Amino acid sequence: MTTVDDVISTSEHKNWFSRITSLQSFWVFMAAIVACLALTFLTDSFASERNLFNVARNFAFVAIIAIGMTAVIASGGIDLSVGSSVVLSAMVISITMAAGSPFWLAAALALGASLLVGLLNGLLVAYAGMPAFVVTLGTLSAARSLAMVLSDNKMIWEFGPDHNVLLWVGGGSTLGVPHPLFVLTALAVLMSCIFRWTRWGQHLFAIGGNENAALLTGIPVRRMKVSIYMFSAFTAGLAGILMAGWLGSVTTNLGQGMELTVIAAAVIGGANLAGGEGSALGAVVGALLIEVIRNSLILLGISTFWQGMFIGTFIVVAVAFDRVRHFRS
Amino acid sequence: MTRLKLEGISKHYGAIQALSAVSLSIAPGEVLGLMGDNGAGKSTLVKIIAGNFSPSSGEIRIDDRPVAFHSPRDAQREGIEVVYQDLALCDNLSAASNVFLGREPVRRVGPVAYVDYAEMNRVSARLFSRLKSETRPRDLVRRMSGGQRQAVAIARTLLSEPKIVMMDEPTAAISVRQVAEVLDVIRRLRDHGISVILISHRMPDVFAVSDRIAVLRRGELVANKKAANSSPEEVTGLITGAIQAA
Ligand SMILES: Nc1ncnc2c1ncn2[C@@H]1O[C@H](COP(=O)(O)OP(=O)(O)OP(=O)(O)O)[C@@H](O)[C@H]1O
Ligand SMILES: [Mg+2]
Repeated sequence: MTTVDDVISTSEHKNWFSRITSLQSFWVFMAAIVACLALTFLTDSFASERNLFNVARNFAFVAIIAIGMTAVIASGGIDLSVGSSVVLSAMVISITMAAGSPFWLAAALALGASLLVGLLNGLLVAYAGMPAFVVTLGTLSAARSLAMVLSDNKMIWEFGPDHNVLLWVGGGSTLGVPHPLFVLTALAVLMSCIFRWTRWGQHLFAIGGNENAALLTGIPVRRMKVSIYMFSAFTAGLAGILMAGWLGSVTTNLGQGMELTVIAAAVIGGANLAGGEGSALGAVVGALLIEVIRNSLILLGISTFWQGMFIGTFIVVAVAFDRVRHFRS
Repeated sequence: MTRLKLEGISKHYGAIQALSAVSLSIAPGEVLGLMGDNGAGKSTLVKIIAGNFSPSSGEIRIDDRPVAFHSPRDAQREGIEVVYQDLALCDNLSAASNVFLGREPVRRVGPVAYVDYAEMNRVSARLFSRLKSETRPRDLVRRMSGGQRQAVAIARTLLSEPKIVMMDEPTAAISVRQVAEVLDVIRRLRDHGISVILISHRMPDVFAVSDRIAVLRRGELVANKKAANSSPEEVTGLITGAIQAA
């Protein structure tokens, strides 16, 4: 006779080892580690403090947005407008700071601007029932255009009285760790908990798994979708602020084409474009792998034109891996 | 007392008239077999009672009180539970998560509220054993058999103390033994004073448990009579239109 407790404790996951090795992000992480080890032996410069610092900082921007993208993809949507939200946010913060406003106010306005893009995306997708691909393609175009109008297409490199604060936030480091990496770590930990342990997280994955079931059981699907697109835009706005501080100047082509790298990072990290799967950690690991590939091509003296080929291959391999896994079970 | 009373419920989707002026009532502990051809409007009626759609016209009363549902949550609060025709399960979530879908219990520690998975697993395990189903709460629904999936969908209706349980083809695509199990569940619900609306195309199942039989044909209620005074032959005639009304 089995008791209720026996039934609960029996689960198909045999042990932690088989559990970890069944995770796509584990294998992506291994690939990144192998690439790092190989580079350490093949080049003198990879393991240098300077280079590692750069890799850590560069990947943080993509990874931050990839966490937002993972939320959207796991709910069964897509957000192509993140690159434009990046430039809009960077432009709003630089213009308002150049006009003399303090950092915190300008940062709030920048995040507000990107949240508005997310709100628009969410409303059109959830309430007007338009396809996410089309809606966010529209805001991709519109938000960048707005950034150009705001800046009159000029480069901004003077950020008013709080100039140094912005440079410190985006480009500085504490204890040898670049600040964007702190932001990423906090976001990744927070979102891992939220995805797993909150009703918001549960409902997000439910919508991605079976939107109709979510609707029938009374999950507020529309409101959820609006919040998910706003979260994605928020991560883009956050990255925009950090990138402005890191670069020390903002031009209207900031973040151009970034949506593709971000989607690639999310997908390589295990987000399923059909919805229902994805993790914050996966997004981070996917972004890490992409940056390590990019960095290694530069260090090995291979033309960066090959970068797309490698990333493309990894996307296909990641999806193939997913297929094989589902096929077996 | 009537548990549920429908008065002149109509529903149209654009030009399609899915239901026209359906009036029906159910007593506590009564089992109503609802039958009709494909597209007759059965699922539409279920979804109106469950708060998924609002009717184009007509009134719903529960325990003689008029109600208006704006979402499935409103209907759940009135004690209405449903097993949907496609079961409405999320394949990517565990059985327990599916049982509690939209009603996850949370625990609070200071300002943080987190989903209480332990409670969800405990309650679901108890419900599955009540349903005599070999379903493990933490398994993903994706890997489950048809019968286990059905058990998850039925367990959902037992989560709260329901007044009315509607089952939209709960016995389609499951084994004979499991059909018997589902019919047993329906009888037990009835014995607890819960009203059941059973929708099925399988005549023997409907006659095995129903107190009353209602037949919909192209959105119109053409029969509503005691099962004891009817027969499978008559119901077949009513469904196809060979018999106009009874
Ligand atoms: N969401 C919808 N939009 C438009 N028309 C719909 C919708 N849902 C149902 N219908 C139409 O309403 C009518 C009744 O459909 P319903 O699903 O209620 O039938 P049913 O009796 O449950 O059939 P079945 O036995 O096949 O499940 C059909 O003509 C169907 O095409
Ligand atoms: Mg139906």
